[in-house]
Amino acid sequence: MIAIIDYGAGNLRSVANAIALLGYDAKITSSPDDIVKADAVFLPGVGAAADTVSSLKAHGLDDALKEVIARETPFFAVCVGLQVLFEETEEGGGCQCLGLLPGKVRKLPAGVKVPHIGWNNVKNTRAHTLFNGIDDDSFFYFVHSYYVEPDLGTEVIGTTDYGLNFTSAIARGNLVATQFHPEKSGAAGLKMYDNFLKSAIRGN
Amino acid sequence: MLTRRIIPCLDVTGGRVVKGQSFLNLRDAGDPVALAKFYYEQGADELAFLDITATVESRKTMASIIAELSKYVFMPLTVGGGIRTIADMREMLLSGADKVAINTAAVARPELITEGAIKFGSQCIVVAIDAKRSGEGKWVVRTHSATQASNLDAVEWAKKAAEMGAGELLVTSIDSDGHQKGYDNDLNRAISESVSIPLIASGGAGTPDHLYDALTVGKADAVLAASIFHYGTYSISQVKEFLARKGVAIRR
Repeated sequence: MIAIIDYGAGNLRSVANAIALLGYDAKITSSPDDIVKADAVFLPGVGAAADTVSSLKAHGLDDALKEVIARETPFFAVCVGLQVLFEETEEGGGCQCLGLLPGKVRKLPAGVKVPHIGWNNVKNTRAHTLFNGIDDDSFFYFVHSYYVEPDLGTEVIGTTDYGLNFTSAIARGNLVATQFHPEKSGAAGLKMYDNFLKSAIRGN
Repeated sequence: MLTRRIIPCLDVTGGRVVKGQSFLNLRDAGDPVALAKFYYEQGADELAFLDITATVESRKTMASIIAELSKYVFMPLTVGGGIRTIADMREMLLSGADKVAINTAAVARPELITEGAIKFGSQCIVVAIDAKRSGEGKWVVRTHSATQASNLDAVEWAKKAAEMGAGELLVTSIDSDGHQKGYDNDLNRAISESVSIPLIASGGAGTPDHLYDALTVGKADAVLAASIFHYGTYSISQVKEFLARKGVAIRR
């Protein structure tokens, strides 16, 4: 079973629609039990980090996330879903995140318009199955004001320039996460979800 | 490099796309789901849907349209018209919208901007401003589909909306809307230079040159257009090719 985590916000429908179009069944769920048993887990993200962290905790999902990441269940986090995995964020005057990955979330620098909204290139900086069949420097859709600054232990597999060169895709074991929204990025984004699901569900 | 966005706008009433002039004289322009698919395949960067009826019933119709088309259309969707509460915003976001545009409700109660930004993130909250020229370098904000005047100066209101937590501004020139004689680039530039959030220019596109002017002279980050696309005067790819040739950063 593919689980899409429902924490009361987030663009769940778009992620579910993308997975359905690719020919997989997914279940939108807020049950920790479902998530722990899933073959693959998506953590979508639209929202504010503080609100997302408190919603996840209120649903008892923080421990479930910790467990699936520890046992290497294939896991895909998007946008704020990526950010809340880190230790802390500058958003909202500073707040603690889930601390499942080492590193911090910072505000995009002054001098460019923030939020960063629109289609921007992603440079694939390290070979990874997520980018199979996707041209380097392809355009993906971004909409965010903060970016992650991972510490050691997380592979940076994609970067993007906007005000600075920031991390736009990461991998660690079976966990992958993107700052951009594959479910909003047309053919390239659908291909990225397909790559993830192929390796997660079919093992290739 | 971040590219400038070309955004077809679908004004929806009674489940159909319509287009008017200065918010009046509406003409039918098609089925919203079919048009959305068409623009997605053509390479539009984003789609905007404005519910111009703005009743509880029409909002439900809009939500079901968005839910249906988001099965096939994997690109950003902004929905506006009649959105007054956090619950309205959530309904649209759960239907598949990525951003909600608020206009009259934000003027009536600016705190709605902040509440939406706290709940869903600033990037979700687009403040739509309908502005009418009131003198040299002066524009006044109108509400209720431009039928009612407010006492707000458009540039001052734009600054306040940004401070309150808006993630983006959708600025429509009431004078230019639907006339296809170009955007009000004095208005666009005045606002774009006063805020540090992206600006979508709207109202007046008739030729690719008008879009170019809005992105350069008007300093807009994105351009919204309806008639030139709906009636097939220009295709998205024609417009994108034109802009790219003129040196604008465009996704192709």
